Amino acid sequence: MTKFVKSNEAVVMGALYAGCEIYFGYPITPASEIAHGAAKWFPMLGRKFVQAECETASINMMFGAAGAGKLSMTATSGPGFSLMQEGLSYLAGAELPAVVIDVNRAGPGLGNVYPEQSDYTSAVKGGGHGNYSTFTLAPASAQEMFDLTVKAFEMAAKWRTPAVVFADGLQGQMMETVELPDTEMKAPDFSAWAAEGTPATRNNLVKSIYLDAKQQEEFNRHLQAKYAKMQADAMSESYLADDAEILLVGFGISSRIARTTAETLRKEGIKAGCFRPITLNPFPREDLAKVAAGKKILTIELDAGQFADDVRLNLAKMCLGAEAAALKMINRMGGEVVSVDDAVKAAKEMI
Amino acid sequence: MATIEQKGMYKVFPRSGKNVSYTHYCPGCGHGIINKLIAEACAEMGLQDETIFVDPVGCGVFTYYYWDAAHISAAHGRASACATGVSRARPDAVTIAYQGDGDLGAIGFNNAFQAASRGEKFGCIFVNNSLYGMTGGQMAPTTLEGEKTTTTPFGRDSSLTGYPLHVCEVFNQLKAPVYIARVSVADTRRIMQAKQAIRKVFQIQKEKKGYAILEILAPCPTNFKMTPDKAAQFVIDEMEKEFPLGVFRDETADHVNPKSVEVPLVKSCMELFQEKDSIPAAINDAGFAEKRFKFAGYGGQGILSLGLTVAEAARLERRHTLWFPSYGPEQRGGSANCSVVVSGTPIGSPTVEHPDVLVAMNQPAYERFAADVKPGGTIIVDSTVPVLVEPPEGVKLIKWPAIKMAEEFGVPKAANTMMLAALKKFALTGLTAENLETALIASFKKKPELGEKNRELLRKAEAHE
Ligand SMILES: Cc1ncc(C[n+]2csc(CCOP(=O)(O)OP(=O)(O)O)c2C)c(N)n1
Ligand code: SF4
Repeated sequence: MTKFVKSNEAVVMGALYAGCEIYFGYPITPASEIAHGAAKWFPMLGRKFVQAECETASINMMFGAAGAGKLSMTATSGPGFSLMQEGLSYLAGAELPAVVIDVNRAGPGLGNVYPEQSDYTSAVKGGGHGNYSTFTLAPASAQEMFDLTVKAFEMAAKWRTPAVVFADGLQGQMMETVELPDTEMKAPDFSAWAAEGTPATRNNLVKSIYLDAKQQEEFNRHLQAKYAKMQADAMSESYLADDAEILLVGFGISSRIARTTAETLRKEGIKAGCFRPITLNPFPREDLAKVAAGKKILTIELDAGQFADDVRLNLAKMCLGAEAAALKMINRMGGEVVSVDDAVKAAKEMI
Repeated sequence: MATIEQKGMYKVFPRSGKNVSYTHYCPGCGHGIINKLIAEACAEMGLQDETIFVDPVGCGVFTYYYWDAAHISAAHGRASACATGVSRARPDAVTIAYQGDGDLGAIGFNNAFQAASRGEKFGCIFVNNSLYGMTGGQMAPTTLEGEKTTTTPFGRDSSLTGYPLHVCEVFNQLKAPVYIARVSVADTRRIMQAKQAIRKVFQIQKEKKGYAILEILAPCPTNFKMTPDKAAQFVIDEMEKEFPLGVFRDETADHVNPKSVEVPLVKSCMELFQEKDSIPAAINDAGFAEKRFKFAGYGGQGILSLGLTVAEAARLERRHTLWFPSYGPEQRGGSANCSVVVSGTPIGSPTVEHPDVLVAMNQPAYERFAADVKPGGTIIVDSTVPVLVEPPEGVKLIKWPAIKMAEEFGVPKAANTMMLAALKKFALTGLTAENLETALIASFKKKPELGEKNRELLRKAEAHE
């Protein structure tokens, strides 16, 4: 079955199909439609919607719900996402599954409600305190807002980690066709570790504290080992990349601009292709290395270069230092979007 | 040290890698007494299997080593937010948040207050020792006037820091709480009363009655810099003067939970999102040339729904379709615009930089977008719009009396349908006439009579030369 829906609504649908039981949230443009959809649909399915008093509350309510063994979610944008960072660190520290949607708006400060990808570092590298990061996915269409929300819940549960669906203000407003599955997932069973208020879970303890430095270090090593294993779930997509001379690299909405740019360049006889990380953490660096080796790289992004730096870092990790050093970026900020015209021009300048 | 078995407590406490049988509290600490009372109440009432404790960051942080029940260790100040999540997730459990006066009174005050205001179904045990114990005895909102702490070395100065915060009295302004009381653990008689009050908090949770808060005045001999007995006396002589003991509210006997607003329930996601006559997914057809549309005018001219109708027709034709409203700096007060992309292959960029077709319903729309139209593209502009700027070379301009016709037909709101007539008449969408009409009718799903009427108007308008 298909439905023509706003991307932001597709997120709520994905969450419900994935077995999410509670939505906690505080309104903020351009993520508010997610709360509106959740306020209506969660209760209709006998699930719960709670409007929190602030984002700090939302994320800590999620901590409580996750600690009690239930999948929950919230959706927010920049300022709210900032307020959630301490809570995300606690979720990671207590190894709790939960999903946060960040519909990136322009910043810093109050900024405006138009699209940016400038929360990259906090959404991908773990924006809070301590050695942690989130499982972060970057959808590029309404269908992926659905699919990757589902995936975020799966990964959060599989790896016992907070997961972030990292979108932007333009994407949230787009309507596209979404194909909905004909089955829904059951809420997973977390009784092995959750505090559920049952005889079986009476001695379960959910915490992120290790007073002993040695134990705290052990836990940190355990977390890092888990993150290394998560690499197996990295996802990416390439398009026209095999014989490409120049590789356009972007994530989320920027990857779609890259796609049109590559098609436009091809029409002019320039061999252009695209690579896009679908998971930003874990970053699909092996996939990147396969298609990027020996190519000129142009990143397309709606930030100040945080993404370009991460691509450089991942290239370097894959021993592609020359490609990293020659990498160029085209970017816009403040709510402006990179135009295909400008991207085509930037690509041509590199050839 | 000999192990004295304590009701509701674990036998040994594996703190910092060692198994010990004593708590981490300083001698004479109020937390120690309160921990014992809570453990006893929970065990005596047979609630250990169903209780979920939410532990604070503060001197109470290690209660999870002591109380034999499930625990979640919350962030500093967030125990009430966390307990909200717990009790919503597990409405059948007994949820108890344990918080200090810095935790609840300062950093987490709003979380606690809002939880109380929502009438969350958990019990909050709030330990007021007039300062921050764990971090070295700094001032808390509850610090007494003149009281010396590490951040009020000359005594709390009310001219700069205000007055002690009376949490119970403030919470008592709220409608939802079922039980609000203040007790003390400064002597045996008071401890017995405190125990009864703690049992009450558990009882209210057991019976799912609603929110309860119990403030407990407690000595912190270490930071009061007093012996345990002097510290207890300080609680009686000084703290109780500022914070009178008593029951502020007890509605346990006659409390009724408010009635829920009715919600239409469905059984599954599939039922919730089912769509009659769902259109099959798009097919890939490289032979269909991608078309990009821009629709622009005033809000209220039906611009967004015109775009949606074209999108719907494209979906009926199983094309990849994207619609989105004006974004970012393109948004201007009073104006509305939307973009539609229709393609035989998956759509790349969602932004329409160079439309194949521009529909402009007013002058600003025309002037803003006309220059962007692709060579070979078309602009349909309403004939009321003065065309002061020539369209770009190779772009066809059609002046179409959409607004005028709609008025003549007596349906001024149908100017957008009149524009659709032009798109159809001049075959500008690459979509079939039939699908455009079906989409138009579908756009009036909620008012079917208007659908037919608009189709009639559409056909009438098409006849215009
Ligand atoms: C966000 C944050 N800020 C500050 C702290 C440091 N901190 C830990 S406990 C505490 C105060 C505890 O005082 P209170 O809640 O009164 O409990 P008590 O120790 O007196 O029982 C503070 C400020 C922290 N852990 N987290
Ligand atoms: S510092 Fe004060 S509150 Fe903390 S354990 Fe010691 S006496 Fe108790």
